[in-house]
Amino acid sequence: MRLLDLCRTMEFQLPSALLFNEVKYITNLEDLQNIENALKGKANIVFSYVRAIGIPEHRAVMEAAFVYGTTYQFVLTTEIALLESIGSEDVENARLYFFHCKLVLDLTQQCRSTLMEQPLTTLNIHLFIKIMKAPLLTEVADDPQQVSTVHLQLGLPLVFIVSQQATYEADRRTAEWVAWRLLGKAGVLLLLRDSLEVNIPQHANVVFKRAEKGVPMEFLVLHDVDLIISHVENNIHVEEIQEDEDDDVEGPDIDTQDDEVAETVYRDRKRKLPLELTVELTEETFNATVMASDNIVLFYVDWQAVSMAFLQSYIDVAIKLKGTSTMLLTRINCADWPDVCTKQNVTEFPFVKMYKKGKNPVSYTGMLGTEDLLKFIQLNRISYPVNITSIQEAEEYLSGELYKDLISYSSMSVLGLFSPNMTTAKEDFSEAGNYLKGYVITGIYSEEDVSLLSNKYAATLPALLLARHTEGKIESIPLASTHAQDVVQIITDALLETFPEITVENLPSYFRLQKPLLILFSDGSINPQYKNAILTLVKQKYLDSFTPCWLNLKNTPVGRGILQAYFDPLPPLPLLVLVNLHSGGQVFAFPSDQAIIEENLVLWLKKLEVGLENPITILPAQEWKPPLPAYDFLSMMDAATSQHDTEKVPKCMKETDVQENDKEQYEDKSAVRKEPIETLRIKHWNRSNWFKEAEKSFKCDKEL
Amino acid sequence: MGLSALAPLWSSPGLLLVIALHPALSVPTHRDYCVLGAGPAGLQMAYFLQRAGRDYAVFERTQRPGSFFTRYPRHRKLISINKRYTGNANSEFNLRHDWNSLLSHDPRLLFRHYSRAYFPDAHDMVRYLGDFTDTLGLRVLYNTTITHVTLDKDQRAWNGHYFILTDQKGQVHQCSVLLVATGLSVPNQVDFPGSEYVEGYESVSVDPEDFVGQNVLILGRGNSAFETADNILGVTNFIHMLSRSRVRLSWATHYVGDLRAINNGLLDTYQLKSLDGLLESDLTDLAILKDSKGKFHVTLKFFLEEAGTNQSTDSITLPQDDNDNFAMRVPYDRVIRCLGWNFDFSIFNKSLRLNSGNAFGKKYPLIRASYESKGSRGLFVLGTASHSVDYRKSAGGFIHGFRYTARAVHRLLEHRHHGIAWPATELPITQLTSSIVRRVNEASGLYQMFGVLADVVLLKENATAFEYLEEFPLQMVAQLEMLTGRKAQHGLFVIIMEYGRNFSGPDKDVFFDNRSVGQTEDAWQSNFLHPVIYYYRHLPTEQEVRFRPAHWPLPRPTAIHHIVEDFLTDWTAPIGHILPLRRFLENCLDTDLRSFYAESCFLFALTRQKLPPFCQQGYLRMQGLVSTESLRQHRVESWLPRNHAATDSRLEDSSQQPGDHEPLDAPMAPGPLAQSLDSNKEEL
Repeated sequence: MRLLDLCRTMEFQLPSALLFNEVKYITNLEDLQNIENALKGKANIVFSYVRAIGIPEHRAVMEAAFVYGTTYQFVLTTEIALLESIGSEDVENARLYFFHCKLVLDLTQQCRSTLMEQPLTTLNIHLFIKIMKAPLLTEVADDPQQVSTVHLQLGLPLVFIVSQQATYEADRRTAEWVAWRLLGKAGVLLLLRDSLEVNIPQHANVVFKRAEKGVPMEFLVLHDVDLIISHVENNIHVEEIQEDEDDDVEGPDIDTQDDEVAETVYRDRKRKLPLELTVELTEETFNATVMASDNIVLFYVDWQAVSMAFLQSYIDVAIKLKGTSTMLLTRINCADWPDVCTKQNVTEFPFVKMYKKGKNPVSYTGMLGTEDLLKFIQLNRISYPVNITSIQEAEEYLSGELYKDLISYSSMSVLGLFSPNMTTAKEDFSEAGNYLKGYVITGIYSEEDVSLLSNKYAATLPALLLARHTEGKIESIPLASTHAQDVVQIITDALLETFPEITVENLPSYFRLQKPLLILFSDGSINPQYKNAILTLVKQKYLDSFTPCWLNLKNTPVGRGILQAYFDPLPPLPLLVLVNLHSGGQVFAFPSDQAIIEENLVLWLKKLEVGLENPITILPAQEWKPPLPAYDFLSMMDAATSQHDTEKVPKCMKETDVQENDKEQYEDKSAVRKEPIETLRIKHWNRSNWFKEAEKSFKCDKEL
Repeated sequence: MGLSALAPLWSSPGLLLVIALHPALSVPTHRDYCVLGAGPAGLQMAYFLQRAGRDYAVFERTQRPGSFFTRYPRHRKLISINKRYTGNANSEFNLRHDWNSLLSHDPRLLFRHYSRAYFPDAHDMVRYLGDFTDTLGLRVLYNTTITHVTLDKDQRAWNGHYFILTDQKGQVHQCSVLLVATGLSVPNQVDFPGSEYVEGYESVSVDPEDFVGQNVLILGRGNSAFETADNILGVTNFIHMLSRSRVRLSWATHYVGDLRAINNGLLDTYQLKSLDGLLESDLTDLAILKDSKGKFHVTLKFFLEEAGTNQSTDSITLPQDDNDNFAMRVPYDRVIRCLGWNFDFSIFNKSLRLNSGNAFGKKYPLIRASYESKGSRGLFVLGTASHSVDYRKSAGGFIHGFRYTARAVHRLLEHRHHGIAWPATELPITQLTSSIVRRVNEASGLYQMFGVLADVVLLKENATAFEYLEEFPLQMVAQLEMLTGRKAQHGLFVIIMEYGRNFSGPDKDVFFDNRSVGQTEDAWQSNFLHPVIYYYRHLPTEQEVRFRPAHWPLPRPTAIHHIVEDFLTDWTAPIGHILPLRRFLENCLDTDLRSFYAESCFLFALTRQKLPPFCQQGYLRMQGLVSTESLRQHRVESWLPRNHAATDSRLEDSSQQPGDHEPLDAPMAPGPLAQSLDSNKEEL
């Protein structure tokens, strides 16, 4: 059972009425005895004392009641006197007792009770009840090494009382006695030596088995019940570990930041950014600034972590562009100027828009990072598509000479070739070029002599010439459809490489292809032999159903995290893996003892195809659930109400006329008045940190 | 239906005569929207109708807008605050502390440009309303007194009937929708023997000279009573103030209609035993006698009845005859009535069923939470007269409240008659936390109309996106789909502002120790106004709204979240406010709403089959958030992510994750954090 899920379910699906019925709130011993008497021979009782309603201990009990309320009678008190009257010395802390009333058949007999020794948390109560549920004594005739009970699973040790046929009756009584004494601390079993196949030391009458794996069993000779008890009690240290865990579940880390963006931005809050490199706009200056020059505007809200993280990248862009750009970098805090942002149709943050004189503003839709934004700004220095007017210019454009300073931002230049009379095709291409501005360089050529170019590059008009500057290659693609959308698609597809180095920035464009990734992990640059081997396979169409790529751990250190998820232990690099991300999540590893050469790869791929390879791991398909529970205020409110009117059914209000409300306000006074006192008490109990403590010391004389 | 057929229904023969004299004018002019009254509420409605390009007219009795303010308040000081400086540039936020401006797109039409006074003069309000009308070009028909309103059944009409308005000249106006913004104009009078000796607030002298050396009795305990007392406190012998119930101080009730601190000079002198005093008694039991010297004596109606009619005034029993220390045994020189105002029902035909019939119904017309009349579809009550919806609770009876309810009514009408759905912004789920944080920090409508207007988040299928609706009337939430044209099939959040449930009241000590709550886990006990978010898996039904638990503004939700009250009303603290809100939203939606850097998304994309929404909606659409060097450094230092470039020892640590050994049985828990915390203990 997954406890966290359990908590979550309880918190949010809890019908309150159920709770009220399940938990009896009592104030004196007589009430307790009445309940006890009523349940003798019928059901067991979970009785708890909490210092106040609404505090975490109380919540833990209520949550347990939700799960077990139909099996056990839950009884709750906040009266110290009651706790004392049942003999508890410790009244400082919350207590929980399990009353074993179901076993009691004689009404004059008292129910035995077991005190839960761990602190009251949902997890502990849950464990405690599970143990109470387990049989008091189990008889076994198997190898103690093999025996496992619920106790062991919950981290409690097992105590085997060794018995023989001759002394069976007496041993059983002893074992029962021990079992009662150790209830909640260990599981007790009666081991019948006679029918046992395994040998245990002759004189040993007790076998002690710890919950921890790998710890050998102890064979003991103990002639006194107390010795057994003390031996067990001295050897339990599981509880401490459990306590730590409980803290995790219950309290403080709900309040611990687990959002990496929020946390890092918070940690960085005291560093002074050179904000002056960007112009801060206001409602008054926005329009004038945007009209006066070319602007990039960052719309952000200063309390939002993602906005503030991106603001840092934005400032980095400003630093890089300092004094070189005609584009003005501005920003507007939408927490101050909501009207401006609404008028600019900005509803999510952060958001970047480019305003150019005489043109419609353009929304930036790239990565929220320095590099991509810088690229967008630089590429937008000219407007697209560039109109090329001579063959010579076209050649310069394709060779990268024409926009030398821009091609570092766009690895590819696209040239649309059209006959002068292809008017609609040209318009569509212009639209596509405009759409892609800031992401790729596009140009258009449609002079009379366009055939010179189309012949040279073996293209049929209309066509696209794609100049890949890094590879120094120019290829042509005929345009079957000239719709702007299709052109955009062709260009974006063409931007993909056949065997790219996969990076944080470019993974999404390859991820979209929905194909399994064939990744070569390399510690540094890729070995050209491997590269050639893969490229050969690509040419031979072996890899059509995959996206082959490689990952440089030097450039993308996060790749190590990925390898750790795939391999245990991590074999030496390079490693070639096939990751079936989109269907099934299997990860297959190319055997690291084989050389990465074509033949081996082909063989491996064939084996994969016919299912002869086993995945080294399967990626978890788990949904992203809430990382931690939330405060369950609804239950706290219920608990507070149920405290001062336990019997009262929640009052219902009709849609009353205002006049009645008016009257009601007076009538209700007496009932309502009490509450602040009660709720206050809760607050006092609840304070835990130094701040509250300090506050208390200032005001101690005014305590209620 | 002809006018003659209506005539017999009328009670006043005088009106009948007026109509009969103008038979030629009875050809009705039609308008889609007719607004009665060019006061703040009427003008506010006119503004929205004008902006939407609707066919409308405002009917105003006098020759300028805001005529109420030309005479009232009598002592000319408005008690609605005109806070010109807040230290905040946000115009929406600033409306939280501007109680006089109407809503418009024009920043020049803010009241702070009209008065420098914190409690402005009423003349400035008249000037403001005039400018508002003129600048925006609102269509007001001045000098037009609507003398009678009735219904004309017609199948073709939007609401199955037209509203037929007749003005003082006999001109008839036919309206599809009638928006009544006439305020409360009839002074409330209590009938008791001797009430004829009582002067009314509306006409009593405001010159302190007229009260020099007099004993004054004031009936009432509202702001007008105290305002009147304050004015003459320094010149009278003493002032006694008499009312049915104890004084309600607005700082204790958190209701701005109760006695404001600015008017409470008399409380001071009463408690310091400076002759002035406050008394409680039911006015209907009283009688006032005028003695031979023209002085007034307070006695009981009972004594008067006992004595019969033919006794002379001086011989009637006075309470002090039996009870010689009776508080009001001194004779008074003047008795002034300051008992508030009632709605003027007189012009509305009975067929409109505006009057509820009971006592409270004398003050306010009977309306629903949508401000539509319960008796006549298509008739809406706006402004002060609509205060029955939140009387003694919120600000719907005052400019700073009803300017928002007018907008809500307008939005309802736009949907009902013009097919324009309630405005909404659709956003990806990753923006949910921010959208809510943003609104609770700046929205003025939620803040002023706390407990009445609510923002509503309607979730889309699978909770990947949502629509955000602003300022919807809370009590109408069951009818939300019908009223807004939006769908609420996949659950919703309702965001409102609340005071603590037991914090407000006339007898409450609102300054008690520990009144403020600072801990996030105690947020539900917050006393001061703070945001509360209700989550429902399904739209509540009308039944559930009607039979909701006592003192709950809404039916019991699936889950509730209180954002802990804040001294500065600034709810943007990362740990104190935003984090608990995110956890609440996450647990309601059963998803992970954290934000991640692109690097983390990259890791998730290659090591898991599913991605968190932030990576799905950002990173995978090539809009990932790239961290800068300095943030990356903090990321390494904090425990949040695994440091992937770190040394080998670190690698060994991580390689012990259970996920590596048994990928099928023990999948890694989402996220680096959850992994480190949950991996072992999650399995019991």
